[in-house]
Amino acid sequence: MTGAQGRDRRPQGRDWPLWEVFVRARRGLTHQHVGSLHAPDAAMALRNARDVYTRRGEGVSIWVVPSAAIVANSPEEKDPFFDPALDKVYRHPTFYDVPEGAKHL
Amino acid sequence: MTGPAAGPRTLPPLAAYALALGDDALILAQRLGQWVARAPQLEEDIALANIALDLLGQARTLLGYAGAVEGAGRDEDDLAYLRDDRDFRNVQLVEIPNGDFAVTMARQLVFSAYQYELYTALLGSGDATIAGLAGKAVKEVAYHRDHATQWVLRLGDGTQLSHERMQAGLDRVWPYVAEVFDGDGPAARLPGVAADPAALRPAWQAYLTPVLDQATLRLPEPRWRSRGGRSGLHTEHLGHLLAEMQHLHRSHPGASW
Repeated sequence: MTGAQGRDRRPQGRDWPLWEVFVRARRGLTHQHVGSLHAPDAAMALRNARDVYTRRGEGVSIWVVPSAAIVANSPEEKDPFFDPALDKVYRHPTFYDVPEGAKHL
Repeated sequence: MTGPAAGPRTLPPLAAYALALGDDALILAQRLGQWVARAPQLEEDIALANIALDLLGQARTLLGYAGAVEGAGRDEDDLAYLRDDRDFRNVQLVEIPNGDFAVTMARQLVFSAYQYELYTALLGSGDATIAGLAGKAVKEVAYHRDHATQWVLRLGDGTQLSHERMQAGLDRVWPYVAEVFDGDGPAARLPGVAADPAALRPAWQAYLTPVLDQATLRLPEPRWRSRGGRSGLHTEHLGHLLAEMQHLHRSHPGASW
């Protein structure tokens, strides 16, 4: 087909938006990000996610989110975002004596 | 060919019924498998393969049961791989070529909606194996039906081109619809166990009509109809499908993983 002439009107993969998929493995756990996929709309994204990510019984609940709706920090912001957290030991609760008999700590 | 699977034979009604339903599932599974690596999208590729594998699972149960009821020592592999086309009992709808994606979705909508009503009715079958299979399969085909519905809605009520091709897909498969509901197959000899195909049609129609309406598609009015699949009369396409499906097993008898 001569794409330049516009003869080929088949939808191409790049025309379908990208969706991020979150799956909850079982009750009581949180949804975990498992990957992404292309789909023409939300309803099809949910079905595609079911087929691609839960066909071996991996989940009981699926969320799909348009990738474009996710706001992410930029790699250049890594230092201002995360470095200050590394050198303040007093932010970590490591200076307490654990009372005897306290379980599950 | 020769061997235990050769030649026509008269099956007990229950075996014939299980074989007919199993052949439907097996042949459609093989057809859908032909989409693998060719579907419009990777995601759809996986979806079609999933549906095919669901159908293959149903076919294994049904063919295995048909062989057990027959009691002549044929297992699911013998029945799947060592029969010739005249011994297959599937309706012709499931053997017609995939065509384009719209044809495949039209066939899937028609057939999954039928299977949904079939397995729902078979939940109350007097045969425990058939009822057990129906309980598992009805959930699978509910998803198949939904998947096909989603695509028929989007393509039918999409662009002018997608609408035309979806309508052409429906027109292509509709001559094969009436045969699915014919009441003269093995079901007629199994009251209380089998589901009368003709009795399934109203519920099938009640599901299909609003879907086609919403998809702005016209119910086709074919001028001819297929018949004969349940008695071994098939289109010329089935032999080619079987050649591909059976070749490996016949070339290497007894081979296993």
